[in-house]
Amino acid sequence: MGDVDFLIIGAGPAGMAAAAQAARLGMSTAILDEQPAPGGQIYRGVEVAGPVRGRILGKDFLNGVQLAQGVRHAGIRYIPGATVWKAEAGGSVAYSVEGAARTIRGRRLLLATGALERPVPLPGWTLPGVMTVGAAQILLKQSGVVPRRAVIAGSGPLLYLVAAQMVRAGRPPLALVETPERRDLLRALRHLGGALRGWRYMAKGVGWFAELARAGVPRYRSATELRIEGTDKAEALSFVAGGRNRCIACETVLLHEGVVPNTQASRAMNLPHHWDAGQRCFVPDHDVWGQTAEPRVYVAGDGAGIGGAQAAEQAGCLAALHAAAALGHIGNDERDRRGARHLRRLAREMAARPFLEAAYPPGMQTRAPADDTIVCRCEEVTAGDIRRHAALGCRGPNQAKAFGRAGMGPCQGRYCGLTVTGLLAAQTGQTPAETGYYRIRPPLKPITVAELAALEPDPGENT
Amino acid sequence: MKKDFPFQEIDPDGPRVAVRFDGAVYDLPEGANLAAALLVAGVRAFRATPISGAPRAPFCMMGACYDCLVRIDGVVRQACMTRVQAGMEIERAPAREVPHG
Ligand SMILES: Cc1cc2nc3c(=O)[nH]c(=O)nc-3n(C[C@H](O)[C@H](O)[C@H](O)COP(=O)(O)OP(=O)(O)OC[C@H]3O[C@@H](n4cnc5c(N)ncnc54)[C@H](O)[C@@H]3O)c2cc1C
Ligand code: FES
Repeated sequence: MGDVDFLIIGAGPAGMAAAAQAARLGMSTAILDEQPAPGGQIYRGVEVAGPVRGRILGKDFLNGVQLAQGVRHAGIRYIPGATVWKAEAGGSVAYSVEGAARTIRGRRLLLATGALERPVPLPGWTLPGVMTVGAAQILLKQSGVVPRRAVIAGSGPLLYLVAAQMVRAGRPPLALVETPERRDLLRALRHLGGALRGWRYMAKGVGWFAELARAGVPRYRSATELRIEGTDKAEALSFVAGGRNRCIACETVLLHEGVVPNTQASRAMNLPHHWDAGQRCFVPDHDVWGQTAEPRVYVAGDGAGIGGAQAAEQAGCLAALHAAAALGHIGNDERDRRGARHLRRLAREMAARPFLEAAYPPGMQTRAPADDTIVCRCEEVTAGDIRRHAALGCRGPNQAKAFGRAGMGPCQGRYCGLTVTGLLAAQTGQTPAETGYYRIRPPLKPITVAELAALEPDPGENT
Repeated sequence: MKKDFPFQEIDPDGPRVAVRFDGAVYDLPEGANLAAALLVAGVRAFRATPISGAPRAPFCMMGACYDCLVRIDGVVRQACMTRVQAGMEIERAPAREVPHG
């Protein structure tokens, strides 16, 4: 009834490319995304952004127009506004649209749920007026909204891109407060070979730095002791840079320390994950086609390990090719022949990653937050609480839930999981892999009893 | 419209509709992202935490952090995942209605 050959969760570059590829290979395809329009994070709102926003966001953003058009294809059932709250290894998926729950099943299932921004536990990071750099970018892409007096702080290429976009929007940030240390860059130079192969990324970076310099945006490097000041809202960012205490008054503080895979769905399916030391995060185990330990389930895009938008597209195509061969739509020869091209492009895209990971690591302050810093935003659990749990014998994040409710709020550990793993590992002397991560159970997003009661199978029109 | 709020629209256009937030009436762009529209309208605190009652406002804008929870016509929802509709009755999500462990 509601079955399709290929069911995709996530309409970012990975999911959109996979859907288009799958439909071309003759698979009945459905793609679910909780956002109202296709695009994912990088191409958020790409169909509605007019020329003004297009100019601000740049050429890379407009690359998404074609991909988004691709899912509006007759052979693809695109279901927007669909929040997936359960996905099973057998291919069954439960989701809600406007408060009504439904189910659908794919003979093959692709998780293309993208990335989340890494948690940035700093003093004051829960105050109104503090948001992620990605959140500010979403406001700009989706709504044409920009903060008037913002300071940007943290680490990673997105800092410079969004700062440049704010300059173009006529609201330059008051300052960039950068946490990478000099030795991070020196360490990164080891990976210069890869960086040069991925020269396009580097060229873009140079362009952003020039835009920021022309706009006169002050940059503070190797910043430490960051603190957001204010009691009921953000009023300033204080920090130490160049041996001096500084404090910049502002209304908005934008934080960012890179992105990490959103593994909520793969975790909830109990798929095996491993610790990626370079990216400092957990990644679901998968082969070059994206196939996981469950043969019917694939992962692609940033949710399978951070690689960026171009890499996500290639990975989406690879998963679709493999699924098509598994279901007999194409032969293995054809799969391998077509796959080779995507694998080559994927390798090229990944070449610059080791350099970027080494040059822009999360800062020391957020890797080992001070005792009084909140790490679990939902339940207001501090780093000191987690260290005390460890002293009492807590060895892993699941135990930490029992000790003090970290990770038990509505975000289900999305913004504390990696911090809690890191804190416990540091206290117990275990590796992050040994320490592990929260066990995630469905529903992936809180749902109401009324939604459950109204559960109806997917109407499944033409499939 | 007042322009001295922390967030501003760069290309305002389209029809506006009236919604109520904590008793006050706001004219917001119809169909716009509710969290974005409330930020532009000068709203700073969206909810209070169930533990300490501390104020919270949108943090991630992508449906992951739940700090934008508001009660809309009686149902607690994420403002960043909701579109503006005429006549919405919105309140700060009371601490006791925020799901927690
Ligand atoms: C906030 C943010 C901003 C970014 N901005 C940029 C940028 O400007 N430039 C750049 O190069 N990279 C950016 N990135 C990096 C980005 O991850 C990649 O460039 C690229 O978007 C990854 O593509 P993807 O298809 O893997 O995932 P995404 O593009 O993240 O798409 C994943 C999709 O899955 C959907 N989804 C997730 N969980 C569920 C669920 N439970 N139910 C339904 N749908 C779900 C999401 O709504 C999303 O649309 C950004 C990342 C983030 C987190
Ligand atoms: S702002 Fe994070 S869920 Fe809405």
